[in-house]
Amino acid sequence: MTKDKITNDSFKTQEYFVNMGPQHPATHGVLRLILTIDGEIIKNIEPDLGYIHRSIEKMCERDSYQQIVHLTDRMDYLSSHINNHAVCLTVEKSLELEVTDRVKVIRTIIDELTRIASHTLWWGVMGMDVGALTTYFLAFRDREMINDIFEETCGARLTMNYNIPGGLMNDIHPNFIKRVKEFLVHFRKKLPEYDSLLTNNVIFQKRTKGVGILSYKDAISYGVSGPVARGSGYSSDVRKIHSYAAYDKVNFDEVLFTEGDTLSRYKVRIAEMWESMKIIEQLIDNIPEGDISVPTKAVIKLPKGEFYQKVETARGELGVYINSTGTKNPYRMKFRSPGLSNLNALNQMVVGGKIGDLVATMASLDIVVPDIDR
Amino acid sequence: MTNEELQNKIASINNSLEFTEEASEFLNITVNKDDLHKLCTDLKSDTDLSFDYLFCMTGIDYGKELGVIYHLESIKYRHQIVVKVKTEDRENPVLDSVTDVWKTAEFNEMEIFDFFGVKFNNHPNLKRLFLTPDWNGFPLRKDYVDVDNIVIK
Repeated sequence: MTKDKITNDSFKTQEYFVNMGPQHPATHGVLRLILTIDGEIIKNIEPDLGYIHRSIEKMCERDSYQQIVHLTDRMDYLSSHINNHAVCLTVEKSLELEVTDRVKVIRTIIDELTRIASHTLWWGVMGMDVGALTTYFLAFRDREMINDIFEETCGARLTMNYNIPGGLMNDIHPNFIKRVKEFLVHFRKKLPEYDSLLTNNVIFQKRTKGVGILSYKDAISYGVSGPVARGSGYSSDVRKIHSYAAYDKVNFDEVLFTEGDTLSRYKVRIAEMWESMKIIEQLIDNIPEGDISVPTKAVIKLPKGEFYQKVETARGELGVYINSTGTKNPYRMKFRSPGLSNLNALNQMVVGGKIGDLVATMASLDIVVPDIDR
Repeated sequence: MTNEELQNKIASINNSLEFTEEASEFLNITVNKDDLHKLCTDLKSDTDLSFDYLFCMTGIDYGKELGVIYHLESIKYRHQIVVKVKTEDRENPVLDSVTDVWKTAEFNEMEIFDFFGVKFNNHPNLKRLFLTPDWNGFPLRKDYVDVDNIVIK
């Protein structure tokens, strides 16, 4: 028997299916991926969604606008304050309600604190996904300080519900400014540790550099947003392009990396934490005096029409679409979630690559499943 | 471009469109469902318009008709428009897929099929996105009867 014949007759290769999730720790919740693989090479990926679908859009058609705000922080729970902010902005836009400068500045500061909290958690999980367990503990140490600030001011650590249409639920805690400043001093010292521990680690670099590439053109076509888009060099920061709250009053840079690989998406988020700190520093000493809310009617009725507002969450562009017929409930409400579009592009990034790279690429997408499933 | 300039430009591409700006911050374009795919291709490929970013895609039940709303933006010029398409067929609503124009439409069209039952021609993998395959009916339609009391009244 020749050598060739042995390979042909005895070793038959075939494509097969492998389930990843819904209980796989690297799928961050309850996402199930059906992988078609040939050996170690991924041929196709099909996400199976809906494990945590709660029909939030259907529930919105039943609820009043004040109630809807509370539903939205159950979508992307790591950006809960920003989700609330998006709905409040849409309602305020339709009612032509101008909130005070104080509200705008406080909302911006808390948005950015939320972004840092979300990115630190992502950093810890990203490290853990590629095998560095220490990052998880360091990230939670820093995130804890932000959660304590939230707890003092809003009474909650995760689903904050601090925004209401017209302003804020209550004023900031007397300790707020002091503790935010303490955090900034602490985090300016700790963030360089993130780089020395993980970013510059040779193993980490090898696992992420050149892995899971998404080109500029594909990034636009797939409608990705947030750090995923900016890792591909596609300028998509809603805070810059369609500015809202107090973002037009502060100086910050939109972070862009052009490689489009897992490492550049990673670097975008690290750099964004520096930018968020920059924004908070500019605002924290200049919170204007003023009312914390503009009175609204107990039952908010939106005028007839269609309203759209987008904001930049930690994961990307969140859009809120309200179609109102003039009653106290929306006729149709739609949330354009950043996670769904980002997940849509996963196939493009990982097909043709190794199955081990999938985990690193998925970690760099920073998926929160309730945000996708809604 | 301002909404007025956009309207003139787009009207020169296709003269059977309906334009409205009423009760919306965007220029709204209503298109016949047979012209939808052609219009979308033109909106994306025209160098002065270059609507290359589909940032939101919404299914909606108007009561009589089912509709799909496309929110479009140009990365280069940052102008935005809304394209609307309606179908009166509630039994077997079929529209053309725009996945070949904007890839992000893939999951969005699956979501609209899931919630409204609108089918899309030439979609690569049209099936329910969130609900189970054996689910009865389309929950976001206004005539959906919620027998299992999923959303508590």
